[in-house]
Amino acid sequence: MESSHTPHTAHGSTAAISHAHAAPTGFIRKYIFSLDHKVIGIQYYFLALTAVFIGMLLSLLMRIHLVWPGAHIPLLGDIKPETYLALLTMHGTIMVFFVLTTAPQGGFGNYFLPIQIGAPDMAFPVLNMLSFWTTFVSFMVMLAAFFVEGGAPIAGWTNYPTLSAIPAAGPGLGLGEDLWIVSIALFCGASLMGALNFITTTLDMRAKGMSLMRMPLTCWSWFITAILGLLAFGVLLAGGILLLMDRNLGTSFFVPGGLMVSGIAVKHSGGSPLLWQHLFWFFGHPEVYIAILPGMGVASQLLSTFSRKPIFGYRAMVYAMLGIGLLGFMVWGHHMFMSGMSPYSAFAFSLMTMAIGVPSAIKTFNWLGTLWKAKIRFTTPMLFAIGFVSLFVSGGLSGPFLAQPALDIPLHDTYFVVGHFHLIMGVAAIFGIFGATYYWFPKMFGRMMNRNMGVVHFVFTFIGAYAIFMPMHYLGMAGNPRRYSQFTELAYLQHLIPVHKFITYAAIITIGAQFIFLANFFWSMFKGQKAPDNPWEATTLEWTAATPPPHDNFGGVTPVVYHGPYDYSVPGAAKDYIMQNDPATVSAH
Amino acid sequence: MGLALLCIIWLITFVSSYFFVAKDWWPHAISASAPLLDHQFRITFIAMGVVFLLAQLALGLFVWQYRDRGSQSKVAFSHGNTTLEALWTVLTAVLFIGLNLLGSPIWASERFRPADPGAVQIEASGLQFAWYFRYPGPDGKYGRTKPELIDASAGGEAAVGLDTSDPAAKDDLVTGTLVVPVNREIDFQLRAQDVIHSFFIPAMRFKQDAVPGLLIHMHVTPKETGNYEIACAELCGLGHYKMHAMMKVVSASEFDKWLATQEAEKQ
Repeated sequence: MESSHTPHTAHGSTAAISHAHAAPTGFIRKYIFSLDHKVIGIQYYFLALTAVFIGMLLSLLMRIHLVWPGAHIPLLGDIKPETYLALLTMHGTIMVFFVLTTAPQGGFGNYFLPIQIGAPDMAFPVLNMLSFWTTFVSFMVMLAAFFVEGGAPIAGWTNYPTLSAIPAAGPGLGLGEDLWIVSIALFCGASLMGALNFITTTLDMRAKGMSLMRMPLTCWSWFITAILGLLAFGVLLAGGILLLMDRNLGTSFFVPGGLMVSGIAVKHSGGSPLLWQHLFWFFGHPEVYIAILPGMGVASQLLSTFSRKPIFGYRAMVYAMLGIGLLGFMVWGHHMFMSGMSPYSAFAFSLMTMAIGVPSAIKTFNWLGTLWKAKIRFTTPMLFAIGFVSLFVSGGLSGPFLAQPALDIPLHDTYFVVGHFHLIMGVAAIFGIFGATYYWFPKMFGRMMNRNMGVVHFVFTFIGAYAIFMPMHYLGMAGNPRRYSQFTELAYLQHLIPVHKFITYAAIITIGAQFIFLANFFWSMFKGQKAPDNPWEATTLEWTAATPPPHDNFGGVTPVVYHGPYDYSVPGAAKDYIMQNDPATVSAH
Repeated sequence: MGLALLCIIWLITFVSSYFFVAKDWWPHAISASAPLLDHQFRITFIAMGVVFLLAQLALGLFVWQYRDRGSQSKVAFSHGNTTLEALWTVLTAVLFIGLNLLGSPIWASERFRPADPGAVQIEASGLQFAWYFRYPGPDGKYGRTKPELIDASAGGEAAVGLDTSDPAAKDDLVTGTLVVPVNREIDFQLRAQDVIHSFFIPAMRFKQDAVPGLLIHMHVTPKETGNYEIACAELCGLGHYKMHAMMKVVSASEFDKWLATQEAEKQ
């Protein structure tokens, strides 16, 4: 490690000095209001872990209500139609914001971006702390909506006005709806802070030798996700503020004149409900990539590591992610083919959406190319990475149906869409999170997770996810609308109820299997086998750090990087992997 | 483990594919544009199905074939293959853009030209939680409506806020059931009085949001007589799941007779 003491580059030394904050000693500064990106990462992770179990239990109640609408749930009583819609709204919101946005980026990104690029911390530690605690307050405000008069909002996570703008339009649209908007606005603020921090850190804090094209693909994915977040969350924040003003200050951004709701004449005039849809989806579509890009990064990292092969087409992978990020801002209108916007614009949005299929396909082919002639080690994280590829293919291929405006006519707002987005941005992204958890747990907590429990968890979750979401495509083809609290009213839905029952049974089993993960997680934290510094024989910098890493990550030394991120099975090398900071072996590049 | 994974991935692939084709999931199609649309779905399904099968089967095969077999395993050290990457990039681009162009005329046919001058005029109004249908009557003109006259609980004319003092409103018919003639184009005028609804007739492969503040025209032609359900496809509040109506497609003569009877009853 002598090479670690070579002189810093100019910006490297500035960074090192400004971040040489001493390790805190008190409990509060160490674990609560911590400035350490690792502690903040773990805080984000636990917030997401709490959120995912809440969101999952909400979905369980939904699935039970859908097939047994008269069922009496212990402690909760009967689920009314409006209760179902409140569950639906909160399930979507909690999962999208507090799980899929929070865990991959706030959790793993925070913990591992600085370590993987050889930095002692994030660029702005105070901003980082503020970002987490704002997210925490946002989460508490969101949960509070359950307990106020009228209950949680019922307008869905997309929160379309005028339903969301007029309190008289239904239960939960009073204080609960206001809390929802405030919570989302806070979340936007937190995400903007986080995005600035990630971008600055990636650009300014890289160790000597860590050129952009030597960064692990995980770092690229967090970097691109941060750029998307910076451009997208500001727009949602603006939309949220306008909606709050419409509701409370008498403005009319989203509400036209001449409406009569529940017998009350609405006093607004001149607004347009479509404006919200444009603002929302300008955020909402990039948000899909905010959820899935880190998963792509993790899948690439794991597939290369456990295939013992360099990633196939590293540059193409980077460009594909950049392409997905860029195109992701030009396709929001594909959510609005049926909205009443100009039918001509559908052509442009459709073409751009189909174009996103190209970089997505490149990624899939390159993952398969990585597995080609590999030497695969079936560790638990690798199982989830393989599962990710399968789910990404399945969830991705239903996209080109929905991207064609003509086919969207029958499929829009049916279960086909529910199946599509759950497979790709729900389950595939969650598989990225699970893969990352099993992979980095040893570094974070110093112990290995149990493999047998991990394998059982994988098998149940993988088969279960398909059993839940694949049949939803059939339901959508049959014209089953989404967001119905029960299917008792329409005759043509009756023959589909057995399919819904099957989905509910599959959901119960799959949700049950998640408690295996929870048990494994906490058991391993305290009783797991002690982890060596580099249990997976991986190449990236986090595996050169102590386990768990010290406050400044590398114990007073700054790593110097000599290799690309995925030098596995390099011909002529002594071992089948070359660490990024290994000066001894000549790089194959 | 490799073999187990192969079995799981292949099994999921085959079972998923089987149920796509084992049953004709689509509702019976009765509109003029539905066959075109169903055809485009089939083409897309075949194209995506082939990619789905190839990708999943290859994934299953690779994880088994290239499992770690100790010293027997020879890893191919490679950073990629530019020719291959260029090839599949071009192929997917052609496939996706091609599908897009192929499907575009179907979308355009219903939207880029106005309805026939002789089309049947019907206004569909969505309100929490019902659809109401208005026929302009012999004068061919919709009468004036006023939001302050809307009384949803009264139903009928009051539900759409019809201003009966307007001469053009005298012969307007408002019904809760949609009655249309077969083989004639229907020019729908869609309105929403409170929140966004979506006018969805699965058998017609027809869907269009009804948006507060907008008047949206859409035209379709039913080709078969019978009774078909109309649903709401946009979350509109607690009664969303029960917001539905019936569409009766009848012969031209029956339609004329029905209209005349309704008008006579009204006068």
